[in-house]
Amino acid sequence: MGASIELENLSKRYPGNPSPAVDDVSMEIRPGETVVFVGPSGCGKSTTLKMINRLIEPSSGRIRIDDQDVTRIDPVKLRRKVGYAIQSSGLFPHMTVAENIALVPKMVGWSKARVRDRVEEMLDLVGLDPKEFHGRYPRRLSGGQQQRVGVARALAADPPVLLMDEPFGAVDPITRDHLQDELIRLQHELHKTIVFVTHDFDEAIKLGDRIAVLRERSHIAQFDTPEAILTNPADDFVSGFVGAGAALKRLNLTRVRDVGIAGFPTVSVDDPLQTIFDRLRGGPHNELLMLDRRGRPYKWLRRGDLMRAKGSLARAGQLVHDTVTRDATLHDALEAVLIDSSGRVAVTGRRGEYIGVVDMETLMNSVHEMLEADRLTAIEHQHDLEEARHHRTEAELEGGA
Amino acid sequence: MGFGEYVVARHQQLFADAVQHVSAVFQCMVIATAVGVAIALATYRSAWAGNLAIMSTATVLTIPSLALIGLLIPVVGLGVPPTVIALVLYGLLPVVRNAVVGLRGVDPALVDAAKGIGMSPVARLARVELPLAWPPILTGIRVSTQMLMGIAAIAAYASGPGLGNEIFRGIASLGSANALNQVLAGTLGIVVLALLFDAAYVLLGRLTISGGIRGREH
Repeated sequence: MGASIELENLSKRYPGNPSPAVDDVSMEIRPGETVVFVGPSGCGKSTTLKMINRLIEPSSGRIRIDDQDVTRIDPVKLRRKVGYAIQSSGLFPHMTVAENIALVPKMVGWSKARVRDRVEEMLDLVGLDPKEFHGRYPRRLSGGQQQRVGVARALAADPPVLLMDEPFGAVDPITRDHLQDELIRLQHELHKTIVFVTHDFDEAIKLGDRIAVLRERSHIAQFDTPEAILTNPADDFVSGFVGAGAALKRLNLTRVRDVGIAGFPTVSVDDPLQTIFDRLRGGPHNELLMLDRRGRPYKWLRRGDLMRAKGSLARAGQLVHDTVTRDATLHDALEAVLIDSSGRVAVTGRRGEYIGVVDMETLMNSVHEMLEADRLTAIEHQHDLEEARHHRTEAELEGGA
Repeated sequence: MGFGEYVVARHQQLFADAVQHVSAVFQCMVIATAVGVAIALATYRSAWAGNLAIMSTATVLTIPSLALIGLLIPVVGLGVPPTVIALVLYGLLPVVRNAVVGLRGVDPALVDAAKGIGMSPVARLARVELPLAWPPILTGIRVSTQMLMGIAAIAAYASGPGLGNEIFRGIASLGSANALNQVLAGTLGIVVLALLFDAAYVLLGRLTISGGIRGREH
């Protein structure tokens, strides 16, 4: 479970520089929440993050983690309670994957057996086969795998807080997308308090429970939910940062698990041909999803395919090109549905096993509902703001009179 | 008598000299490595201190070895002391230079990561910085050792131990029956020992350099 983090008038001044790098930041982060700092490069977001584990000592101000003032405690002890993951993983190249992950648990004095079990558990958690990756050196991993191990290392001693400094900045877009999905899945299981720094607003929308849009010297331009920032940016700086296509970006905020995942008739590759025939002819559908031996989506089979199959299904049907997980965004799902000729996409679980399907109609309906709800909230918000302004003007008038 | 017969006849003396030669070089190398790495650790973080360390050890190397030993004799006397001091001083440069370069070459992001996950300064040095800088340091030690094998021969001039005695004795009696054999035996002995040392370092590298960073360019 996560811890709360409280930044109180945090500033960082460097000698010889009259204007502070970070100027008087105050913010409260709730336990179990993912907060994303987003802003242009050089805005001090990374500096602010590094002050939380005191890699950079704040010049003034206070940091409280779970109501404990950590500004004065031993920084080495503090850092062992705060996970830290950085760009291009920061794995030590001379240590194996297992040694890297075991570092912090060993430092905090876990027993050998417990550390060993934990390493296996962490590898499993980040989706790497412990047997295969345990003894490998980082240079024999892909960028995405290194980043997974980096996250595993940061989480190994089960810290309540996880700081991530542009962790997915150096991997290719496809891998980055996967890693983001993984992080969301992890966070669903672990409920850590995550502070995540990025300059990519789309990444911020996808990952953040709340987003802090920072301008220079780490001034908070807006600190709110992604929905609120998208539908109601506080000022021109924020709307400039949100960029065009807010409605499309909104699709990144809802996940496949939030819309209706429908069932679909399936057969297994091991089923006899006759059974498959019967199901296709007998059922209301004229299409079936064939699963492979491990229960993963394999082929779409239509009635016509069977006519042409002539006793063997080896060449029949359409291979499943793309699947989405339950944590995928509607944006990804829509993309997959648009590409697939059947107008639907298979949803899979953690190990790629079939769960259900999502089709175009479901997607369209939920998008409409979602935008409608956003509009209502925005109108309400607008209303509140106007009322507040109204009150203020009245008060000022009275004061002036 | 021929060279072969000479070696067979004098094998006891030659073996004793060889053992002393190796032992002197080995012990001086241990000291030079300890001192050199310590100097590097103390200076690599600051640009000028690190460069000063490299420059001063380089200056030592420009002093002719015969002259240095000659200068040491009035101060510390004959025998082992001037040998050890001279060998350690000459052995420093490659170790210091490679250690400074190696430690500076450690990716700052990794040092940052080490700090960020809560490693103490000592742990950072022992578990991250030194192991990563170890391949270039080992190369420095190898170069130093090769150099010291030759310089140790000069130590005989100050009545130091080793195969140099064989060479000096030969040179002193040039023209006599065994003079050439003596010089040849001393020289070849040093070459063979140097090669054996080098083989030992290759083995040491295999044992001590992590598989994760072995075979990289340095």
